[in-house]
Amino acid sequence: MNARAELANNFFPFHGGVHPPEHKNESTGTPIVAGPIPKQLVVPLHQSIGNIAKSLVAVGDLVLKGQMIAAADGSVSAAVHAPTSGKVVAVGPQLVPHPSGLLEHCITIESDGEDRWIERNRFDWRNADGRAIRDYLRDMGVVGLGGAVFPSHLKIGGAKEGLDTLVINAAECEPFITCDDMLMRERAVQIVEGIKIVQQLLQARQVLIGVEDNKPEAVDAMRAAIAVCEFPIQVVVVPTLYPSGGAKQLIKLLTNKEVPSGVRSTDLGVQCFNVATIYTIYRAMEHAEPVISRVVTLTGNVERPGNVEALIGTPIDDLLAFAGNKADSDAYIYGGPMMGFEIPGTDVGLSKAGNCIIAKSGALFPPKPVEMPCIRCGKCADACPAELQPMDLYWFGKSKNFGKAQERNLFDCIECGACAYVCPSNIQLVDYFRFSKSEIWSAEKLKKSADQARERHEFRIFREEREKREKAERLAAKAAQKHDAAAASSDPADAERAAKIKAAMERAAAKKVEAAAAQAGADPLTPVDPDAVSVPVSEAVAAPAPEPVVSQLDPEKAERIRLAMEKRAAEKAALDALSPEEKAARDAEKKAKIEAAMAAAAARKAEKAAAQAQQDKSE
Amino acid sequence: MNTSPFFIKPTPLQVVMFKVAAALVPAIVVYAWSFGIGILVQIALATATALATEAFCLKLRGYPIKPFVTDGSAIVTAWLMALSFPPLAPWWMIVVAAALSISLAKHMYGGLGQNTFNPAMVGFAIMIVSFPAQMSRWAAPLGVAPQSMDWSAQLSWIFSGQLPAGLTFDAVASATPLDTVKTQLMQHASMSNIFHEPLFGMIGGVGTEWITAAYLLGGLYLLWQKLIPWQIPVTFLAVLGGMAGIFHLVDPTHYTSPMFHWFSGAAMLGAFFIVTDPVTGPTTPLGRVIFAALIGLLTYLIRVFGGYPDGVAFAVLIMNLAAPFIDQYTQPAVFGRKGKQKNAGAKS
Ligand code: SF4
Ligand code: SF4
Repeated sequence: MNARAELANNFFPFHGGVHPPEHKNESTGTPIVAGPIPKQLVVPLHQSIGNIAKSLVAVGDLVLKGQMIAAADGSVSAAVHAPTSGKVVAVGPQLVPHPSGLLEHCITIESDGEDRWIERNRFDWRNADGRAIRDYLRDMGVVGLGGAVFPSHLKIGGAKEGLDTLVINAAECEPFITCDDMLMRERAVQIVEGIKIVQQLLQARQVLIGVEDNKPEAVDAMRAAIAVCEFPIQVVVVPTLYPSGGAKQLIKLLTNKEVPSGVRSTDLGVQCFNVATIYTIYRAMEHAEPVISRVVTLTGNVERPGNVEALIGTPIDDLLAFAGNKADSDAYIYGGPMMGFEIPGTDVGLSKAGNCIIAKSGALFPPKPVEMPCIRCGKCADACPAELQPMDLYWFGKSKNFGKAQERNLFDCIECGACAYVCPSNIQLVDYFRFSKSEIWSAEKLKKSADQARERHEFRIFREEREKREKAERLAAKAAQKHDAAAASSDPADAERAAKIKAAMERAAAKKVEAAAAQAGADPLTPVDPDAVSVPVSEAVAAPAPEPVVSQLDPEKAERIRLAMEKRAAEKAALDALSPEEKAARDAEKKAKIEAAMAAAAARKAEKAAAQAQQDKSE
Repeated sequence: MNTSPFFIKPTPLQVVMFKVAAALVPAIVVYAWSFGIGILVQIALATATALATEAFCLKLRGYPIKPFVTDGSAIVTAWLMALSFPPLAPWWMIVVAAALSISLAKHMYGGLGQNTFNPAMVGFAIMIVSFPAQMSRWAAPLGVAPQSMDWSAQLSWIFSGQLPAGLTFDAVASATPLDTVKTQLMQHASMSNIFHEPLFGMIGGVGTEWITAAYLLGGLYLLWQKLIPWQIPVTFLAVLGGMAGIFHLVDPTHYTSPMFHWFSGAAMLGAFFIVTDPVTGPTTPLGRVIFAALIGLLTYLIRVFGGYPDGVAFAVLIMNLAAPFIDQYTQPAVFGRKGKQKNAGAKS
């Protein structure tokens, strides 16, 4: 025990970090309380980093608490459940807690106040195989509650020979947030049960719980809970230094391993779970409880700051009312003050990522002073946990030199904001980095979609050509057949004619391909006009087929062909009979038709582009 | 809409700049105590000119004047330049220098944070190259000169070039300790004789050694306040002292000791206030060390073998040019990218 306690305080500091005012005491004075059951819940369906979950309900459906209302769509997605019983009153786009202010799919449930559970069947995870467990976690909607909402089932399994270290992230380094702290203080035993489950699933050889030293009560509670545990679990107390709760920073602190960007921590034998996620895994595994609530810190400019176990989908309005929002609150931060964002409106529903809501007031968060020029003092580099040179990235971002920024490892930036926090010139460095990243992303997206469009276009041309070629071949084969028949009539003139026809058809086909290629080359975006290229074909086909050949076929077919030919000949005659003016008018009409079609196509294209641009902008 | 972080550390630029200025105050007091009021006049002139020029340039460039004029950067530049000037230099020289340094060295390069060269050193260098005679007319420390100038005489000399009857400037002037050593050595005087002159105190010049000690004090304050990285002054002084030490050991009759080099001229001012100028130096940890080391080396070479008595200003300006390259080639490895063996080992 002593040796373990000694070990427990071994940590390996990371570079940089800052220590902003903690503001934790405000919300740790009272135990976690159950949140209100609101009249209406707006449950976002995009509750994981993957695809939006697919809705399983329709307006008017009655749902029970814990009932799956949306199923995971693809492997990086997670299911969504009804947080309480009631009636579905809307399924569709709504404002969600996301900095973009974009509308996203939500299911609105009018609660019936009964909070009636669906029937729950305990899952026998001990006798289930890895795949079943992963599917189960996905269907229970278990995602990382630390804010990243990464589906937990993706982190479980796969490691056959077992995991080196299971890291439990309980650092909670952001100011104001105390939901993990309170959860550990009050539910340490369940958390340890959850750790044991995950340890077993991952076959982890060691478990390290990282807690910042400003949570002594949580440390004590956790230590007491693991004291009776037969498996060695260590609580490592790390100094209070933002961002020690960043997964990479915590892994470095606890294991001295640095996870480079683009490398999964499992490749280094480490897997990291947030402590609240562990708790929900426990609830899911042992109590068949899907993730329908979470502990959220309500703090800042409110009367009764504290932690609330709130139903997912509870409108922020209701939560603020519950905590006693003060009149002079002017905005609300979703998440912590270092990495959170202001929510676009207070009618959005709580998501699984929502660990904290801070009511802002001018007194608590004075407006930021004006940005001054960078004096290259290097304070930002000293503070950067990713060991970047933020002032250089800032310069590259500002001068739109994104390639250079990328070269200098822009994408290693974890957007922790430590640099902006210390900058004496008050430069919002992170904003520049977000901007640079999004510019690079959209450029890449644009390139990708252009590539795709080009590929699609090329494929279509290829397909059309192939189809035409095949048609030509079919026709040629037919003609050859006829030619054989003609040859059978042992008329050398026929044979000669047939050969000529074949040659003409081949020429026509070649010409057609050429024309198509020329057109494609001239303007890759103008669709190939099928009329234009099909003209020679019909001529080629129409020109031959003299009477004698037909006469060799069975009379009925011959008659049909003869009629068709007569009709075509009549058409041709009519055409020939037309005066030049009439011909011109006809051509003009044809041309106008083509032009109209082309204009319509162009309009459609422009419309599409505009829509795309709109979408890009709002992203 | 506001974006995270919603907190920022209240260390505005002004505070940084005014702390730097505050760190200079002890040296200024000692300076005025040992050389008279002249230095205060130079500082006042430099400050007024620098601020006026700053405001003018900002207006020309269409920038908001108030936040920038009050950011304190022009004041720091003005003070550093005034402190490297002869305290009895004619008034127009510091005015011209201050105007040039702010307009030419700072705003022509894009203003605060964008300048390649240390503006104070540019102002100084322009004047010493253009007016070498005036720039080398230093007053002797009070109490050392055969006839001393009172404050009214100093003012009158600075502003009108007039001295009270019976007084000539040569009577009150003196070369600086560095200059004296250099010229005397050229005349084959022995080191011990040189140091017997009344101009010299314990380790450097009379008065000068106390002023440099006060710079050291201010520098320690900046280190304590974490406003400058310790590597820069330490490396610079170590290389300067190391060079002096090697030469001094080999031939003590011709080369002065490290202590003399540290406590004479602009060594201490340079170490803590000029070489540490973040704008014109490299930002990478290794780059800063290289930068400071090379300035130390160049300073020694210019002082001992070059054409100017003190080498700090030129050494700094030369190295300012190299700073971007040093930065380019000393980029530190980022988190998780240090050494391939770590990753390779981890992958196994
Ligand atoms: S902290 Fe601010 S002023 Fe200092 S180098 Fe970084 S960006 Fe520039
Ligand atoms: S936001 Fe990015 S650049 Fe700034 S300190 Fe954090 S990781 Fe470094």
